[in-house]
Amino acid sequence: MREFVSKKAKDLKPSGIRRFFDIVSERQDVISLGVGEPDFITPWEIRDEGIRTIKRGFTQYTSNSGLLSLRKEISKYLKSSFNVDFSEQDTVITVGASEAIDITLRAIVDEGDEILIPDPSYVSYKPCVELAGGKAVSVYCDGKNGFKLTAENLEKAITEKTKALIFPYPNNPTGGIMDKGDIEKIIPIILKHDLVVISDEIYAELTYGKNHCSIASFKEMEKRVVLIGGFSKSFAMTGWRVGFVCAPEEIKNALLKIHQYTVICAPIFSQYAAEQGLKRGREDGYASVSSMKEEYDKRRKFMYKAFKNMGLDVFMPEGAFYIFPCVKNTGLDGEQFALKLLEEKKVAVVPGEAFGDFGKDYIRCSYAYSMKNLMEAMEKIAEFVKELKIKD
Amino acid sequence: MENLKKDLVKLLSENARYSYSDLATMLSLEESVVKTAVKELEKDGIIVKYSAIIDTEAMDEKPVQALIEVKVAPQKLKGFDSTAEEIYHFPEVTSLYLMSGGFDLAVFVEGKDLGDIAAFVSEKLSVIDGIIGVQTHFILKKYKIEGQIVKKGDLFERQIIQA
Repeated sequence: MREFVSKKAKDLKPSGIRRFFDIVSERQDVISLGVGEPDFITPWEIRDEGIRTIKRGFTQYTSNSGLLSLRKEISKYLKSSFNVDFSEQDTVITVGASEAIDITLRAIVDEGDEILIPDPSYVSYKPCVELAGGKAVSVYCDGKNGFKLTAENLEKAITEKTKALIFPYPNNPTGGIMDKGDIEKIIPIILKHDLVVISDEIYAELTYGKNHCSIASFKEMEKRVVLIGGFSKSFAMTGWRVGFVCAPEEIKNALLKIHQYTVICAPIFSQYAAEQGLKRGREDGYASVSSMKEEYDKRRKFMYKAFKNMGLDVFMPEGAFYIFPCVKNTGLDGEQFALKLLEEKKVAVVPGEAFGDFGKDYIRCSYAYSMKNLMEAMEKIAEFVKELKIKD
Repeated sequence: MENLKKDLVKLLSENARYSYSDLATMLSLEESVVKTAVKELEKDGIIVKYSAIIDTEAMDEKPVQALIEVKVAPQKLKGFDSTAEEIYHFPEVTSLYLMSGGFDLAVFVEGKDLGDIAAFVSEKLSVIDGIIGVQTHFILKKYKIEGQIVKKGDLFERQIIQA
């Protein structure tokens, strides 16, 4: 019998998270700080609209691009919240932002193209680039500088094969953001090398202190930004699988083709539900999003203080719902720390290496949990760190 | 001060054991400011008590709890207040509310067993001046107590580790 699995699929490295997940699953009574989704459930009005859609018998395909009314709402939302100009014609509703990332890369990447990926960042970018036939190139983001993408590090990573930059801010796992000033510094590099930017803005609603600044809002970046967003994190709709991608015409047509052949359309009830979320949001100033964000903010402050008190090197996250402390001064790297912590205190965190080589000395802790859960976990981590230092 | 007090009421209602330090961290304020605000809430009678919320059904010796609907003939010049005063002094009475609708006073009581409650109703409650009707309802099962779901149905469990 011959080898049935493709070389491409075989060569894909299994997710570092998957491996750790398997180890954690074997343990009982573990307090986990490892999730990547909100601990809130979808607000009632949105759930209600989804239910209503099903009750009305709307169970068919929508157009490939998705409901026109939802695309119009997204266009309004992007303009009013982030001053971004994409019309409903530029928008495709996808099966989560995850599908948007995949089809965008497949629409853009030719065999051998180099795609820049900030390191550390979300686990899916590298595999999706590789599946599309491209080469993933890491761009170092320094923890001492808020894990920001700098012009210097960007320039160092660019070759004549570089085609695109994946730009995921606010960032999972670091909690780093790129504000107006930060983006202005890298625009000249992007223009100089004629790159296209894939901006993953799934956490756009979750910034603390500053409003999210979208790279798509810069005039100079017109026609070279693909904006990816969704409702999973802002409206707690992870299970509904509905997101969107906005792109300049040519790119949009290309990714729409792929979307038509592979997925046809996003779930109809999820689209109607998301539309309701945006409509309500316009009316009540996105109250449900604000109240979730306020909750996250309290927890963020608590987590930062707790890690600081332990003596760990930690950056105050400015977005998303993760905190990414450095554990180097305990003498262990992220994975060793996570395994030992799990073994001795039954607390699960995610080793930073799962998010890129530059995450090696870090651990990712999610604060999408109740304060009660967080306080319990942090007490145990504090004990653990204290005991480690004593052993040293 | 007003927003701070609202925030503190919300936080302390969720967890009365938050330390001043925890509250100060979550609200990005000085501990002294938080402490002053909490003391004022206590002084103003907004925060009246800090106590643990107990699910008695999870205990080995479960007390019996009941809601007694009481109809009152209001007293001249005193309304319901004097009758209420006679009722709420009993230690068996855990809560007492004046209600709109088909009856006047909602009396929540707790006792060792059914007999205890029955005795309270017949010997202490029904004999009070002004009480013209009494209907006792025993609590059979509690699903949610003071904002906390205690009887879990099929609550969805999130994946432990995710990207």
